[in-house]
Amino acid sequence: MEESCTLANSATACIAERQDSIQTAGTGRTRIHCTTDSLAGSVSQRACVFCGARVVLNPVTDAVHLVHGPIGCATYTMDIRGSLSSGSELFRTSFSTDMKEKDVIFGGEKKLAACIDELVAKYHPPAIFVYATCVSGMIGDDIVAVCKAASARHHTEVIPVESSGFISGNKVVGYRAAAEALLTLIRPKEGEIIEKTRKVNFLGEYNLAGEMWLARRYLAEMGIEINVAFTGDSTVAALKKAPSACLNLVQCTGSMHWVASNLERTFGTPYMDVNFFGPENTAESLRRIAAFYNDPAITERTEALIAREMKRIRPEIEKYRAKLRGKRAAIYLGGAYKAIAIIRQLRGLGMEIVLSGTQTGNVDEYENMSRILSEGTIIIDDANPAELEKFLLEKHVDVMIGGVKERFLAYKLGIGFVDHNHDRKDGLSGFSGAVRFAREVYVTTCSPVWKCLHTPVPGGNTHGQ
Amino acid sequence: MASEAAAQTPAQGRVKETNENQCNMCMPIGGVVAFKGIENAMVLIHGSQGCSTYMRLFNVEHFNEPVDIASSSLNEKQTIHGGEANLKKAMDNVIRVYQPKVLGILTTCLAETMGEDIDRIVASYIEEKKISGIDIVPVPTPSYSGTHAEGYWAAVRGIVAYYARPAQSHRRINVIVPNISPADLREIKRILGLMGLEYTLLPDISMTLDRPWGGKYQKIPPGGTPTAAIAEMTGAPVTIQFGSTCPDSLSPGKYLEDEYHVPLVNLPLPIGLGNMDLFMKTLHKISGNPVPDELVTERGWLMDAMADAHKYDADGVPAVYGEPELVYALTSTLAENGAMPAVIATGSKNSLLAERLIPLTEGADEPPVLIEEADFASIEDAAIRAGVNIAIGHSGGKMLSERHDIPLLRIGYPIHDRMGGQRILSAGYRGTLAFLDTFTNTLLNHKYATYRQKIKREFCTPEGM
Repeated sequence: MEESCTLANSATACIAERQDSIQTAGTGRTRIHCTTDSLAGSVSQRACVFCGARVVLNPVTDAVHLVHGPIGCATYTMDIRGSLSSGSELFRTSFSTDMKEKDVIFGGEKKLAACIDELVAKYHPPAIFVYATCVSGMIGDDIVAVCKAASARHHTEVIPVESSGFISGNKVVGYRAAAEALLTLIRPKEGEIIEKTRKVNFLGEYNLAGEMWLARRYLAEMGIEINVAFTGDSTVAALKKAPSACLNLVQCTGSMHWVASNLERTFGTPYMDVNFFGPENTAESLRRIAAFYNDPAITERTEALIAREMKRIRPEIEKYRAKLRGKRAAIYLGGAYKAIAIIRQLRGLGMEIVLSGTQTGNVDEYENMSRILSEGTIIIDDANPAELEKFLLEKHVDVMIGGVKERFLAYKLGIGFVDHNHDRKDGLSGFSGAVRFAREVYVTTCSPVWKCLHTPVPGGNTHGQ
Repeated sequence: MASEAAAQTPAQGRVKETNENQCNMCMPIGGVVAFKGIENAMVLIHGSQGCSTYMRLFNVEHFNEPVDIASSSLNEKQTIHGGEANLKKAMDNVIRVYQPKVLGILTTCLAETMGEDIDRIVASYIEEKKISGIDIVPVPTPSYSGTHAEGYWAAVRGIVAYYARPAQSHRRINVIVPNISPADLREIKRILGLMGLEYTLLPDISMTLDRPWGGKYQKIPPGGTPTAAIAEMTGAPVTIQFGSTCPDSLSPGKYLEDEYHVPLVNLPLPIGLGNMDLFMKTLHKISGNPVPDELVTERGWLMDAMADAHKYDADGVPAVYGEPELVYALTSTLAENGAMPAVIATGSKNSLLAERLIPLTEGADEPPVLIEEADFASIEDAAIRAGVNIAIGHSGGKMLSERHDIPLLRIGYPIHDRMGGQRILSAGYRGTLAFLDTFTNTLLNHKYATYRQKIKREFCTPEGM
């Protein structure tokens, strides 16, 4: 259709202004343009600050999550994560102050206070997170003051999350807002001393499809206990004990590096990056955690665990590898840490990565990504459907790894698709998750459906297509 | 108790401040669906990036199609200094990449709170860029003043008002539809064809949001109502509008009647024998043609099925929720099958629903509870009190199943946790029959899966006494 998009020249943006956000690995081009606001009208796949804050905090299971704004913000993020809970299910209820015209004109503070009162009376939650949205921010509702007054009135924690959506189209800014709220929650009371233990916190792990529970099982076998995860299957009380950990593991780096460095500054807790996507990453992460403890017994148990699990999954992975070898994959995900892990996983399955991009990666992450990708691979920040369509076709992609919004574009182009989003129902982490991931890549890449779709219409009539 | 309350107050609002688990979405997403039913149209949301991404996500999951929605991606700076430059840049980029013939501009609460004058911005853009051959249609849709149902009607009315101009009288009748499935639209078109009528269907998502496989992927899917036909709706002999609950201020049919003297026949959706007969009677009167054998046979099949199922259906105690127009049609369908809903709920307010329901529900053994501005907490409360045993509506009601083991018959918009929301057929005699079978079988499924245990518990164990 549009000329710029049908040019044979690879890695050409559909909108000239987007050109600096697209590069090919190994061409020695200047730094990729990223972490900026999305270009208006580009049909970015990104969400908003509020969304970023909500996805990070929402798995706190026994808290009330109250969205202060008109209805849409709450509706679209209702039960947004596939986070599982071992206890309270309160976090899955989506609370909204449901601002109406009069609240926008006269201010929404009164309504917010009334909602908090109502929720305290009904649920007696240990904490309420109050999320600011575009409109409550725009009209200048002082949610900090309302929360403070409500805290005093009810002797419960009412914590403002400063996540007005318009601050940026970048979820990372919302991660920060959530992080601030978390730090407010875990700040010990004046004079309170929290004893250090031998336990670890697991930051940036949201217990999607029980992934935290799986990691907890591995660590338990090694002899290490998880204190609390941020924020998968966490409770307010457990989070308050976060300072007692001796080590913070950081998985989703985009959302949690800042928290980890803060905890290090405040409580002297060191942190290390871990990654449980893919068997190699999982094994390496477990080894690094074991090394931190510097305890031969832990090391021994860790090696035994890794050896056993690797042995168990190897034949299964091999089975899929044989089918997938040489297939071409595209990756477009929210955060870079996951994209990088998946590059490695797909490589492990003998596949070639021809496109890799994220919504929220930063320069360092892209440089890291560029280093590990083979020459000619397209790297893209904040992609839009037109660019994805163009590159999926140009690069003859067999399978795409992405979020829901890209799924049907891939299908329309006859390309397999694997959801790696935060609503997933099947765990993809750890050793078991690696097998599951391989299977998901296989069943879609090699589905008999694609062959069926290319059968001609009987009688040769193509009308109606 | 529920019935007493209902008798005293035919329409009860949500009595609490907080909206807990939202039953409706925001205005612009309704507007998006309306614009997607116009030929060669693209849509742009003036607001922050997140809004358009959420709306894409919901539509993608419901229709199982790529649904591109652009955003002006407002950020903090523009919220202070005005979003004109961003909106203009967004129009530039959308026009460049999508090359639409129609560009719908919808506002968010943010843009409306900022006081953005989109009419003026669009006019100045057209003048500056000397735009021709593209119709840019602005429609204000601030979500604090209505739900997606109102947003849909506002956009359809806005589209009609934009294109309407005096036209020569012609034979094509106007058929204006609420947000119903592509499958329903195709059925309505088939019926109109069988009755020998020429028509303009507005809007028409039957092909744009349910694309058959095959052919080259197009960024703007082919199909939709041609704008030339919309312009000539003013010369139609009559408008049939399935908008029995649509307030006059939002009614596209009313606009055509007031401004161009096109007589308006407001009908309920043709779901249910009575509603469908009303539709056929109207078409017979307009066309002078007899109802063809094919439809008479289908009517007979439906009636036969009603007789077959009526005793099972009488055990149904339904809760029906969703957009007012669908809720009305389903209530009437259930009532005529002896399964009067116990709870009738909609997220909307000020629709004519309450008034229209009176003739249906008066004289019921148990008068239903009607909830406007409903959330799922209020629906859940009412459903439990009334002993509801089947819920009927969109995916938002999944908690009724999860928490209370009330089976959910999915119908309406959005269906994001099951396959094929776009293919659910419930209009026409055939569609009604499909709905009725699903209804009866959902009841039977649940009954047959539980009756042995239930009876055993009641009569065979000591605690049952």
